[in-house]
Amino acid sequence: MALGAKRVSLGWLNAWTLGTVAIALIVTLPILAVGYVGLTPSDDIWSHLVSTVLPGYVWTTLQLMALVGVGTFIIGVGSAWVVSTCRFPGKRVFEWAMLLPMAMPAYIIAYVYTDILEYAGPVQAMLREFFGWTTKREYWFPEIRSLGGAASMMTLVLYPYVYLLSRAAFMEQSVCVLEASRVLGRGPWRSFFSVALPLARPAIVIGLSLVLMETLNDFGTVDFFAVGTFTLGIYDVWLNMNNIAGAAQLAGVLLLFVAFLVLSERFGRRKQKFHHTTSKYKALPGYQLTGARAVLATAGCALPVLLGFALPAAVLASYAAIHFDDAANAEVLRHAGNSLLLSTIAATIAVAIGIFMAYAVRLRGEAVLKVMVRLASLGYAVPGSVLAVGIMVSLGAFDNGVDAYMRETFGISTGLLLSGTIAAVTFGYLVRFLALSFGTVEASLGKITPSMDGASRSLGHGTFSTLRRIHLPLIRGSMLTAVMLVFVDCMKELPITVILRPFNFHTLATYVHQFASDEQLGEASLAALAIVGFGVLPVIALSIAISKARPGHGSNTEKEMS
Amino acid sequence: MKKRVFGGVLCGAALLVAASFSADRALAAEVNLYSGRQPFLMDPLLDAFTKETGIKVNMVYLKKGMLERLKSEGANSPADMILTSDIGNLHNHVAAGLMQPTGSSVLAANIPANLRHPDGLWYGLTTRARVLFVSKSRVKPGEVTSYEDLAAPHMKGRVCTRSGKHVYNISLLASVIAAKGEAAAEKWAAGVKANLARKPQGNDRGQVKAVFQGECDVALGNTYYMGKMVTNEKEPEQKDWAASVNLVFPNQNDRGTHINISGAGVTKSAKNKGNAIKLIEFLSGDAAQKIYAEDNFEYPVKAGAKVHPIVASWGTFKADDVHLADVAERRKVASRIMDKVKYND
Repeated sequence: MALGAKRVSLGWLNAWTLGTVAIALIVTLPILAVGYVGLTPSDDIWSHLVSTVLPGYVWTTLQLMALVGVGTFIIGVGSAWVVSTCRFPGKRVFEWAMLLPMAMPAYIIAYVYTDILEYAGPVQAMLREFFGWTTKREYWFPEIRSLGGAASMMTLVLYPYVYLLSRAAFMEQSVCVLEASRVLGRGPWRSFFSVALPLARPAIVIGLSLVLMETLNDFGTVDFFAVGTFTLGIYDVWLNMNNIAGAAQLAGVLLLFVAFLVLSERFGRRKQKFHHTTSKYKALPGYQLTGARAVLATAGCALPVLLGFALPAAVLASYAAIHFDDAANAEVLRHAGNSLLLSTIAATIAVAIGIFMAYAVRLRGEAVLKVMVRLASLGYAVPGSVLAVGIMVSLGAFDNGVDAYMRETFGISTGLLLSGTIAAVTFGYLVRFLALSFGTVEASLGKITPSMDGASRSLGHGTFSTLRRIHLPLIRGSMLTAVMLVFVDCMKELPITVILRPFNFHTLATYVHQFASDEQLGEASLAALAIVGFGVLPVIALSIAISKARPGHGSNTEKEMS
Repeated sequence: MKKRVFGGVLCGAALLVAASFSADRALAAEVNLYSGRQPFLMDPLLDAFTKETGIKVNMVYLKKGMLERLKSEGANSPADMILTSDIGNLHNHVAAGLMQPTGSSVLAANIPANLRHPDGLWYGLTTRARVLFVSKSRVKPGEVTSYEDLAAPHMKGRVCTRSGKHVYNISLLASVIAAKGEAAAEKWAAGVKANLARKPQGNDRGQVKAVFQGECDVALGNTYYMGKMVTNEKEPEQKDWAASVNLVFPNQNDRGTHINISGAGVTKSAKNKGNAIKLIEFLSGDAAQKIYAEDNFEYPVKAGAKVHPIVASWGTFKADDVHLADVAERRKVASRIMDKVKYND
């Protein structure tokens, strides 16, 4: 090993670049296939759309993004800051409980709240009883099936992305910089706004961009609430005008819009570097809140968890009690097995690839590499069903190409090797969720100062050994975060699973979908509850592991990391 | 750590390979189905088929993407047959060249000519009518008797429908285009839009619920939803919604009520063509038509097959006898008209 160190390490250098380019190409293929579909001849939809509904789609979408963006920012960053730096009743519980709504699919919470808040629901019925109103015209009540309703639902289930990433950033910030800020005379609020928040910017931005991409792609909620967004328009062109090419063109425009947002944010901080500011860590001291402030902190953290998780979960449980029967339970258990297996495999692979690619970019930094990894993480910005079509087209072309070749040369037919298998579904998850694992890992790697790499390499360690012994231990928390994000998203994933799956195959999400698509969620409430339940367990386990992974955890004395 | 990650990846890959090889490679008598109708609806029918014939039915339930999946899988596609809940989907598959002509004396005898493709590219299995649910207390008899009435001035602010872009409403508008031409159809759609009590939302049952709640007086909906509401023991409040409305078959004095079908067809790539035809024959036969009628309150297509007593209680009606292929042809235009009149805004 030591003898051939130089040669071996050169070999690794090549492997990092080649490997990353190869993986990125494979993952980008379905996205390119969407572009290919968009180029196939079709009726022109643009003049019709521009003169009728397109301006409405765009305006509605922008409003929705703004509302959800602001909502998740305030709840996510606010709660992460309070939980990370203050001591107040319930803090230990909120550390992980703030994440719970993440396990709740947006379309399910939308369904539950419609039941509660619509005219015939218990809330309005109670108000009518209390005030003696008899008809709808006698009073005003916010309409749940509206833009504001959709934004509220999405904010409630998406803020955990922002919370998770900004909390990780706040915890990885050395407390020394905050102390320095306080010593220099800034109050707690100004320290937050002028030191902690700017330092956490890359992580918060990743959280927000994940939220906004989820918002852009959502179909279930906006369809149910009849909110005419751009994505709803894509599905309309595809399904009602039978024009997949037009739909792919619209999806391409959406993709460009996302790319523009991401690039302009990066441009805005192009001269900034966010390496860990010092290597001195100690457990965050915790600013003791008392009295009204403590009550406010507890209530402020409790509200999103109650509304985004506890209440809808309780309603689902009450439905499940009504619709409980033995036959369904055995089935649900089998579907749960499928969901867990697929999500675990996809999360493991996605994070392994994410680390590989992020580290390759750190090592090599060639322009090609940077472009390739960006392309490979675009899958998250394409509406799920459209992406699924891109995946089908590329897998179908591969399968049929291999089949034709094998027939010609060996006279045997290989048929469809990948199409319609769970390997195809797993690949679909990877294409869609690589952005989650790559982004999370990349942000965390970026905070490790390059002098660490230099020290390790000059002490004779190769690139792989440095990754294993220096970087992986340092980014352990973010790695676990990435695993959790991908896992939970795979548990909830619907369109790719529905479209790519094999015969007679269900996950919890597809099982719920067949009932939810007919607005009969009651029948599938047990499975819906299972999605939430199985999603919650890793959320809790991993968030505990993440707290433990913080540098300096478990010791009140200062500890040198280097 | 890295080792463990790699280990995990290897295990996962091995599992995947094992699973994909063990899946659907069996040689037993079977038929592979891509279904746009929910498994919970189809399972009783398919179980009965397997019991009678010994042929196993494999199914993927997918609405969006069925056509694209068949297309990208090409001649190697494992699917033998598709099932859909609307004429539009069948029509699109035919237009994309994905179906193959079939025929049998049984199918010809079971299914009336206007409910199947002339070359046997698709077959209707059940029909449903798009009817008016009118408030018992707020609508006088004879006040609303046609689709045209929904656009009439006296219905201002009294009408509820689901999204104008839902397949059922697109097909209804396409049937209006077929009957009266594009310009008149656009005027009608704009008229209904102007009479809506609220922004289009929810499903067909939700519209009846809105009538029950007093939000509107007339709703559009498919017949079988009425049967499902009247008999809903698990959510008995739906019985109250149903009890608040009368079911009116529109346009009985002229072209008749718009009907749609659920249907099936054999794919071009079918490897089990014989079994697929057997399944369609079974679904159009007495036993299956009875299950469709009794479990899902649909109208059987087979002459002489009995409808559910609840369905029978709504009386017989005159159906619009335009060929459904003509309706399907006009769906694209219908969809554009819905955009033009900004139906969903």
